[in-house]
Amino acid sequence: MTMLSRTASNLFWLGRHMERAETASRLFEVGARITLLPNTAQGYQNEWESLLRATGASDQYARDYGDLTEENMEKFMIFDRENPSSVSSCIHNARESARIVRTALTSRVWDALNVSWQEMRAMQPGQEDAADLADFVARHAATVHGAIDGTQLRNDGFHFMKLGYALERADSTARVLDVKYFVLLPRVEFIGSGLDSYQWQVILRALSAHRSFHWAYGDDVSASRVAHFLILNGEAPRSLITSVHEALWHLEALLRRYGGDVPHTARDRAQALADRMNAMDIDEIFEEGLHEFLTDFIREIGQIAGFVQDDYFHGRG
Amino acid sequence: MYYNEMFDGEKVREAYTSLSDWVDHMPSEIRQMKQAEAEALFRRIGITFAVYGEGGDPDRLIPFDMMPRVFTQREWLRLERGIKQRAKALNAFLRDVYGRGEIVRAGRIPARLVYQNEAYEKAVVGFVPPRGVYSHIIGIDLVRTGRDEFFVLEDNCRTPSGVSYMLENREIMMRMFPDLFRGNRIEPVDGYPDLLRRTLESVAPAKCQGRPRVVILTPGHFNSAYYEHSFLANLMGVELVEGADLFVEGEFVYMRTTEGPKRVDVIYRRLDDAFIDPLCFRRDSMLGVPGLMDVYRSGGVSICSAPGAGVADDKAIYTFVPEMVRFYLGEEPILKNVDTWTLWKQDDYKYVMDNLADLVVKEVHGSGGYGMLVGPRSTKKQIEEFRKLIEKNPSNYIAQPTLSLSTCPTFVDEGIAPRHVDLRPFCLCGERIELVPGGLTRVALKEGSLVVNSSQGGGVKDTWVLSE
Repeated sequence: MTMLSRTASNLFWLGRHMERAETASRLFEVGARITLLPNTAQGYQNEWESLLRATGASDQYARDYGDLTEENMEKFMIFDRENPSSVSSCIHNARESARIVRTALTSRVWDALNVSWQEMRAMQPGQEDAADLADFVARHAATVHGAIDGTQLRNDGFHFMKLGYALERADSTARVLDVKYFVLLPRVEFIGSGLDSYQWQVILRALSAHRSFHWAYGDDVSASRVAHFLILNGEAPRSLITSVHEALWHLEALLRRYGGDVPHTARDRAQALADRMNAMDIDEIFEEGLHEFLTDFIREIGQIAGFVQDDYFHGRG
Repeated sequence: MYYNEMFDGEKVREAYTSLSDWVDHMPSEIRQMKQAEAEALFRRIGITFAVYGEGGDPDRLIPFDMMPRVFTQREWLRLERGIKQRAKALNAFLRDVYGRGEIVRAGRIPARLVYQNEAYEKAVVGFVPPRGVYSHIIGIDLVRTGRDEFFVLEDNCRTPSGVSYMLENREIMMRMFPDLFRGNRIEPVDGYPDLLRRTLESVAPAKCQGRPRVVILTPGHFNSAYYEHSFLANLMGVELVEGADLFVEGEFVYMRTTEGPKRVDVIYRRLDDAFIDPLCFRRDSMLGVPGLMDVYRSGGVSICSAPGAGVADDKAIYTFVPEMVRFYLGEEPILKNVDTWTLWKQDDYKYVMDNLADLVVKEVHGSGGYGMLVGPRSTKKQIEEFRKLIEKNPSNYIAQPTLSLSTCPTFVDEGIAPRHVDLRPFCLCGERIELVPGGLTRVALKEGSLVVNSSQGGGVKDTWVLSE
């Protein structure tokens, strides 16, 4: 059966929003943990500021809240429906997409989404601490993801959803890494200090990756190892390279399904990006500058998402 | 005295014999448990929606009453004949008034009521849709006042809704009380989506080759009946589209898909005429498809119901439907109309104004229990206020006697009690005229209330037709 462009687009955004909800809660947790250390001259406010900059939300926050407190940050990143990237907004949008394409989803997927939306709606700011909030969101995100993997037909709709997940995950890991850059920016001398290592650990933890990191690299949490793990390790589930390969895999599946007559610019770009990353080593990235690399990467992912839109969601009429 | 569909004095009527046992042997704690289960099932599947034109909160759940409403085969056959007869006459009327207008020429219906009707579409005069069918799904609202006394309250020729309730009510009853269905021989209704799809396919336009592609056109997920649109699309295996999913190119309509444009042959639209084509009707409509009417008029796509079908179902035309049956079919109407006074006639106007306290007065274009006066249930002040409205624009109103709607036993807090009901069966018109044995029964849950609209305390019931 042919798939409406609008349906495909909603499925894609369902995936992106669910992944983005998880990112928001992870970022909030990173922030909350880093502030436990009074590490910089400006005090804890610096970390929240860097976190806002990494998500590109500084202006909105300054306008609506002003004061950088954990309480305000919780409201903004978790509950604020005016913030399009808050957990609450993302879950709401994912459910709204699901409601529009109900018939393309199994009842399990709908149930999982609907329940997470209902529970999110029932929560109040200040009820849970950051770690519990992140757990809560991660648990619901996993239920939805599990329902998709376990029950959806492996048709084009499935690939659009998973493509949304993969591209968003690539973007999200890059942004979490970038927070680290912003945190360190004013005080280069921290590099290699105990503090530095603690912050890298926080990032691993926020990506639920500290155990798998130790499994793969041993005990030495150094910048280049963590960066290698989160950027170039093809076994790490949230690394940039893994996310790009997953996106590519779903774009390949769409190409096989639709044939070469349907445009596949997004696939070609993803292929080129994957090829580039396969050939990279971590020293090269640090030489170029981690922040510069991440900025380019985030831009490239944005462009691939744009080509997905042009290739499949426009309907050419 | 109201006609009680279950009891004839002390005696249980034929249709309800086996249910009477079931009710008598249901302990109240089981009943409460089952009632909660039913609500949970409805919530789970997300069936929240308002019946056509009733308005209200779109995320509201309509109360479901577990006590079914039952017809015997004999009762149903007569109803079925009457409904099909009426559907046939309504379509004949539409064909006529967009053609030569014989019924007007013959002086059986005043020209003004037809040609100056808001719902009359000049844009389709002279165009005959495939198989001459204008209204493909007709919902006929019926009430019962006696053993063989059925009255038509109104016809819905545009896009009647509520059929998802008919299907879901049955589904939920079968899930909760499978034994009831084993013990009783109840005609199934689950063939409806298939029948609807075949009906729509049967009116594909002349230019369509191969199997017609049918789509449902919805105003979008903010619409109160969106659940029904997506439910039907799912069961029929067709795409649910919004205006922006469709575009016109050359002689045809296409939908935007991930694999490029695909031609669409039949559009079952669930939005009003005014919104379907901004080039032809309302320019500010964002819901429709620019150029759709040109494709329609040149036979490139079928639109169901046809633009202009609404002229057959407003309350002023309603009074002439028995006349249509006689005029086009040469038969006597099987289903009766409720006596209706039309306020633009001098005599009727006087009678109605003198007897407002005993009558129901409705707006010609109103629906859903709004913009109406129920005389016997209104205060003097309300009646006088309404009188002023009528005086301003008499031709906007009709009046009817208050009917003694039949009652059905219904679960209430204290146990079981009679409550007033109506019935909306859904008649399908394409190559053939078809009717699934059943419909949507709405029930006024408030004691003594005659208003079954869900926005005003109405609920729904499963509707059974027993087989022989």
